[in-house]
Amino acid sequence: MTNQDQIENTEDTGVTRRGFLGLMGAGVAATTALVSVDSNAQFGQHKTGHKLAFQQNEAQYEEALNNPPQIPNYNWNDHKWSYGVDVSRCIGCMRCMEACKAENSVQEDANHHRTWIERYVYLEGAEEALVDSAADPKNIEYVGSEVHFRFDNRYKDEKVDKAFFVPKLCNQCEEPSCVQVCPTGATFKAPDGVVLIDTNYCFGCQYCVQACPYGVRSLNEERGTAEKCNWCYHRITKGLNPACVEVCPTGSRVFGDLNDKNSPISLFIKNNQVTVLKSEMGNKPNLYYAGADKEVS
Amino acid sequence: MEQVFGQVAPYIGYVYPNETEIPWTDLIVIYPYITGLVAGAFVVSSLHHVFGIERFKAVSKFALLTALCFMCFAPIPLLFHLGQPTRAFEPLITPHFTSAMAMFGYVASFYVCLLSLEVWFAFREDLVHLSKTSKGFAKKIYTVLTLGSDDISPKSLALDHKIARILAMIGIPGAMGLHGYVGFVFGSLKTREWWSSDLMPPIFLVSAVVSGVGLLIVLYVITCKYRKVVPDHEAMVGLKQVLWASLIIVLVFEGLELLEMVYKAREGIETVMALIKGPIWAGMSIQWGLSFFSLAVLSAMMIKNPQGKKFVNWMFVCGLAMMVAVLAMRWNVVIGGQELSKTMKGLLTYYPQILGRESLLTVLFLFMGPFITLYFAAQFIPPWEDAKSHPHGKAAAH
Repeated sequence: MTNQDQIENTEDTGVTRRGFLGLMGAGVAATTALVSVDSNAQFGQHKTGHKLAFQQNEAQYEEALNNPPQIPNYNWNDHKWSYGVDVSRCIGCMRCMEACKAENSVQEDANHHRTWIERYVYLEGAEEALVDSAADPKNIEYVGSEVHFRFDNRYKDEKVDKAFFVPKLCNQCEEPSCVQVCPTGATFKAPDGVVLIDTNYCFGCQYCVQACPYGVRSLNEERGTAEKCNWCYHRITKGLNPACVEVCPTGSRVFGDLNDKNSPISLFIKNNQVTVLKSEMGNKPNLYYAGADKEVS
Repeated sequence: MEQVFGQVAPYIGYVYPNETEIPWTDLIVIYPYITGLVAGAFVVSSLHHVFGIERFKAVSKFALLTALCFMCFAPIPLLFHLGQPTRAFEPLITPHFTSAMAMFGYVASFYVCLLSLEVWFAFREDLVHLSKTSKGFAKKIYTVLTLGSDDISPKSLALDHKIARILAMIGIPGAMGLHGYVGFVFGSLKTREWWSSDLMPPIFLVSAVVSGVGLLIVLYVITCKYRKVVPDHEAMVGLKQVLWASLIIVLVFEGLELLEMVYKAREGIETVMALIKGPIWAGMSIQWGLSFFSLAVLSAMMIKNPQGKKFVNWMFVCGLAMMVAVLAMRWNVVIGGQELSKTMKGLLTYYPQILGRESLLTVLFLFMGPFITLYFAAQFIPPWEDAKSHPHGKAAAH
């Protein structure tokens, strides 16, 4: 029996589809060998074609799908998760990107990210910002790795008027266009606000990748299914913060429950003038930015 | 340094990191193209059966057979593209009704059924003749294909024609739905400036007609040469008129779409212009260059009304030119739309792979499929109306 057959057979286990998926993210994490997020030594050991120590292998992935862990004390109707980014606090260290890759077994290359940091630089007198991200070939060349992130020093001889970093991740929209276009219904909006992917149903057409205005979706070629940030659903359902929020050294990333008026995110939205990205798309994002420049989209 | 950027599209400006892998490639270029080639039959069969234009009689049955062969291959590129092809039928079994793509299975299946019925009614008389004249195993197959309906009395044939007409009448909204739908898959995506146009469905519909009629001309001329008969002049004149008219409509629609985009000049229009001048420059040149070339030649032929070999040769050139032009248009839409970054601050350049699952080789093999199938289908049930193909003289029975 192939791995694929075994994955397919899990559809007969009697677990309801939505209920099952709600927990799937938890399964992914539970079987992932968690490592401390500052384990730079492991990133340094990256070799092409070989998985890193913390990366989930196929057997673990299969186990996560076949036997998702139960989270008895979590009711998704009781929560309304939301996320905030304080642009002025981000220092572009990109620990969040590394934490995300480790936590969620994101593919180890420059073309698959669940979250990333953009660098905006206004050179002296310039009207438009120069933008790059960690996936920029020059930055990759500077670091010498696609899983170890640093911005290069390309502006060291320039006069810079203004510069800032902007973290990007899934907006978990209220009206998600990825959910609208999904032909199988594999991706769906959970009642707690998170857009999830049921990888047992996804058939990898990538229509959702096209439909996402924020470019946060990609195809996991190894599994043939779509993938994106789910705010570390396996962690938040246990009362933890998403990995990127956990590791952010400056408190630039804020997460919490809107149903709790004293949660970090409720206070963040209350105490800041917040904006969302590409509001003209009508997707009603759940990711709020404080201090985002006009060039950020 | 480790291997960096294996299968990725190089870019300029700023693009989102996940965009560096183009999601829809060669196979999704060929999918709307093959689907569009079916439209030739829709035009010819509706003009012949519904509007009673007899000049198309010579190519009517061949057009139907061509359409069926191409339609059967239309979903195959999608199957090759899927990350999990074994789940291909999920949208059919448990469709997600807000998804345009989920409707593909239904739309395509409906059209295949409709075409099969049209083909059967068009060929029923031939099947009965063949079941009586052939021998051995072939006789058995022909007999089975008649489905026990071997009555070819004038009354019965009149009923066939009536049903064929009704099917062709259903075929008009059916084909409009199918080709308009393909345009909707792209046009309804608000995230891509290059696709997000209300004109996309009519453009796909009319360009399908252009490529479909082009294919029909090319195949008809080749098969006539192969069978050593002269192409039916009246049919060729009819095809010329249809091609000329539909080419004008598609050029106007595509021109208007571009004009609207440039005139509205929304944020990022500079990047759109850079896309046209950059990554899809060659594609745009082929598309527009061949379209205007064909329009000029067809217009000249509309005025001068040439005859004989000269006419056939120029029609062949126009048909082939429009097949290539529409293929270039599909490339410009599908690939061009993805080369324009969602950031509207950057441009990617896609380079097709030669070998692999989603490669030019796969496209080549898939595109050969319908031609090979058509070759065998035309051997099995000859769709020709001329006496050479019907030595038993049944052609006179019409």
